[in-house]
Amino acid sequence: MDKILEVKNLHVNFATYNGTVQAIRGVNFDLSAGETLAIVGESGSGKSITVRSILQLLAKNADINKGTILYHGEDLLKKSKKEMDAIRGNKISMIFQDPMTSLDPTMTIGKQVAEPLLIHNKVSKKEALGRAEEVLRLVGIPNPKERMNDYPHQFSGGQRQRIVIAIAIVDYPEILIADEPTTALDVTVQAQIIDLLKELQQKIGTAIIFITHDLGVVAGIADRVAVMYAGKFVEYGSVDEIFYNPQHPYTWGLLDSMPTLDTNEEDHLNSIPGTPPNLLNPPKGDAFAPRNKYAMQIDLEEQPPFFKVSKTHYAATWLLHPDAPKVTPPKGIQKRFSKFKKLGDNE
Amino acid sequence: MAEDKQKIVQVKHLKQYFNIGKPNEVKAVDDISFDIYKGETFGLVGESGSGKSTTGRSIIRLYDPTDGQILFNGQDISKIKSHGPQMKKFRREMQMIFQDPYASLNPRMKVKDIIAEGLDVHGLTKNSEDRDKRVRELLDMVHLNPEHMTRYPYEFSGGQRQRIGIARALAVDPEFIIADEPISALDVSIQAQVVNLMQDIQKDQGLTYMFIAHDLSMVKYISDRIAVMYNGKIVELADSDEIYNHPLHSYTKSLLSAIPVPDPEIEKTRQRIDFDHKSSFHEGQKLQEVLPGHFLYCDDKKAATFK
Ligand SMILES: Nc1ncnc2c1ncn2[C@@H]1O[C@H](COP(=O)(O)OP(=O)(O)OP(=O)(O)O)[C@@H](O)[C@H]1O
Ligand SMILES: Nc1ncnc2c1ncn2[C@@H]1O[C@H](COP(=O)(O)OP(=O)(O)OP(=O)(O)O)[C@@H](O)[C@H]1O
Ligand SMILES: [Mg+2]
Ligand SMILES: [Mg+2]
Repeated sequence: MDKILEVKNLHVNFATYNGTVQAIRGVNFDLSAGETLAIVGESGSGKSITVRSILQLLAKNADINKGTILYHGEDLLKKSKKEMDAIRGNKISMIFQDPMTSLDPTMTIGKQVAEPLLIHNKVSKKEALGRAEEVLRLVGIPNPKERMNDYPHQFSGGQRQRIVIAIAIVDYPEILIADEPTTALDVTVQAQIIDLLKELQQKIGTAIIFITHDLGVVAGIADRVAVMYAGKFVEYGSVDEIFYNPQHPYTWGLLDSMPTLDTNEEDHLNSIPGTPPNLLNPPKGDAFAPRNKYAMQIDLEEQPPFFKVSKTHYAATWLLHPDAPKVTPPKGIQKRFSKFKKLGDNE
Repeated sequence: MAEDKQKIVQVKHLKQYFNIGKPNEVKAVDDISFDIYKGETFGLVGESGSGKSTTGRSIIRLYDPTDGQILFNGQDISKIKSHGPQMKKFRREMQMIFQDPYASLNPRMKVKDIIAEGLDVHGLTKNSEDRDKRVRELLDMVHLNPEHMTRYPYEFSGGQRQRIGIARALAVDPEFIIADEPISALDVSIQAQVVNLMQDIQKDQGLTYMFIAHDLSMVKYISDRIAVMYNGKIVELADSDEIYNHPLHSYTKSLLSAIPVPDPEIEKTRQRIDFDHKSSFHEGQKLQEVLPGHFLYCDDKKAATFK
C-alpha cells in the first residue's frame, strides 16, 4: 500500500517551570491511503501531542527536538509557515479534542464551516455557504439553515463537536486527524458520524488517524491500532491482533478495565493501579514497570525493544523475550486469546 | 420504597427555551419533572442536544427557567437572593463539573488557584500552608501529580483538565454534584479510577450525584436510577437495571442497540435499531408511571396496556 505519512523517531519536549517534560520519547508509525489507524492509551500518554506535531500545532513551550514527519516523502518539519498553512485544513485536517477552543466564539457557525473552502478553493461565497449547510446537515445539526447564523455558545457540547467535524471534512481532506471526535456524542449520533467518516473514506480514500478512549469505537472503525504509554508506542497491530491477541501488559489492563453491561455495582471496576511516570524525569527501564504486576528485574533496568509477534504486530515488552518466563494473563484476556485461535482456525 | 427517601432535588414542569419567538427558537427543555433522592446517583443520558446540560445548568441556577420550578432541599431556588448568605450556602452545597473542561478553567490561573478558589470564597482553609496541603490532597485524589500545582490549564492533556474540574468541585465538600460528562475525556482505566473514587466519596460523605454521560455501560454501573432524554423531554425513567433489561421506549431501545462493544467481530456484524422520531411522538403523551417506579412517555391508551 501507498504510505502517505511516515513519522520517524519523533521526540517532543516541553519547557516548564519545573524542568523539561519529555512528552514524546521516540514515536514511529506510518499511514497508508484509505486506512484508519486508531491510537489509544493512557490519558496524558501523548496521543494529542503526537498528532498535533504533524501539523505543528503545539504550545509555545514545545520543542520537536528530534525526528522526521514525511508527507508524500517530504519532511513537514522543514516546511515554512506558509507551506504548512496551505496543507492545514486542506490536505490534512484535524478535529480537535476541545471543540470549544477550536471554534471562534465571535463568528457564526455557517461562516466557520465555509471558511476552509473560501481560503483554499476560491469558490464563491454563496457556493461555500451552500456546501457548509449541506455538511452541517450531514453531521446531524437540526435545522441547519435556520441555525447557520448562530454562534458556538448557542449549541450543545455534542453539536459543537459536530460543527468541528463539519469544518474538518468540508474540503475533503486526504488525511483526517480526529482527536476524540465522538466523545461528546450519544451512541446513536456517534454511530452516524462514524458511518459518515467511513463513507468519506470510501468515496475519496481519506486516511484517518482516530484517537479515542472508547475501545468499542476502535473495534468498529480501526484497521490498525497503536497503544501508547508514557510518550511511546508500546504495541501496534491489526485491529484483530490487538483485541484478540494483545501482548503488552498495559494493553491487557486497558482491555480489562472496561465495564460491560454485566458488571455489578457491588464490584469495584478493574483499573490499572498506580499513576503514570513523571515525564520530567522518565524512568530508566520500562515506564510501565512500577504498575505492572508481571514486571521482571530487567524491566527496571532496560527499556524493552519491539518484539515481532507477526508481520503486522509488534509489542515492546520483555515478556516476549525468548528467555522470559511464561505468565498467565488476566481471565478476560485469555478469553480473547481463545477467540484469536478460532479466527486463525477459520482462515 | 420511594416514599421514605428524602428528596434533595425536585424538578417540576421545567421549561427552558432559548431565543423565544425568533426563527431560531429552541425548546431545549420542554416540560420535564423528576426527583433526585438524597444519596443516590441519578443518571441522565440521551440524544446529543436533547437538553441534558441545560437541565443541569438550570438546576444550578445558571438560567432562569422559562417556566416550572426547581426545589433544592425543599426550597425554591428561584427565591434565593442573588447576593447574600443563602446564595453563598447554595453555591457551596451544589457543585457542577462542566462538560467542556478547557472552557471552564480560567486559562490565566494556576491550577492550584483554580482548585482553591472555592476554598478561598468560603474561607475553608486557615493559611496558605493549609491551603496548599488541601490542594495537594485533592490533586492526589484525582490521580494528578501534586508537582503540577503551579502549571496552567493549557499544560495539561484533555483528561488531566477534566480531573482538575473534578478536584475543584470536590474541594468545598458539597452535598450535591452535577457531573456533566465527567469522565468521557478519560481513558478507560482512569475512568474506572475516577468512578471508583466518586463512589467511595459518596459512601463516605453521603453525596448525591446527577451524572450526565454518554457511555451507557458506565452510566448503568454508577447510577441507581436513569432518565433518558430526547428532544427536550424525558422519555423514560426507571431503576438502572430495569432500563437496561426492560427498555420500553423505542428511543431507549435504539440507544441500547448502538453501544459499541470492544470486540471487532461483534462490531463488524452488529445491527442497530433505528429510531423513527415521527411515529414515536404525538399529542396527548406525557411521562407516566406504567410499572412500579418505571416511567414512560406515552399516551393513556398505551399506559393502560401495562395494567
Ligand atoms: N504545553 C504543555 N506544557 C507542558 N506539558 C504539556 C503541555 N502540553 C501537554 N503537556 C503534557 O504532555 C503529556 C502528553 O499530553 P497529551 O495532550 O498528548 O496527552 P493525551 O494522550 O492526548 O491525553 P488525553 O487522553 O488526556 O487527552 C501530558 O502529560 C501533558 O501534561
Ligand atoms: N444559549 C443557547 N442559545 C440557544 N440555544 C441553546 C443554548 N444553549 C443550548 N441551546 C440548544 O439547546 C438544546 C439543548 O442543549 P444542551 O446543551 O442542553 O444539550 P445536551 O443534551 O447537553 O447535549 P450534548 O449531549 O450534546 O452535550 C440544543 O439544541 C442546543 O443547541
Ligand atoms: Mg488528548
Ligand atoms: Mg451537554
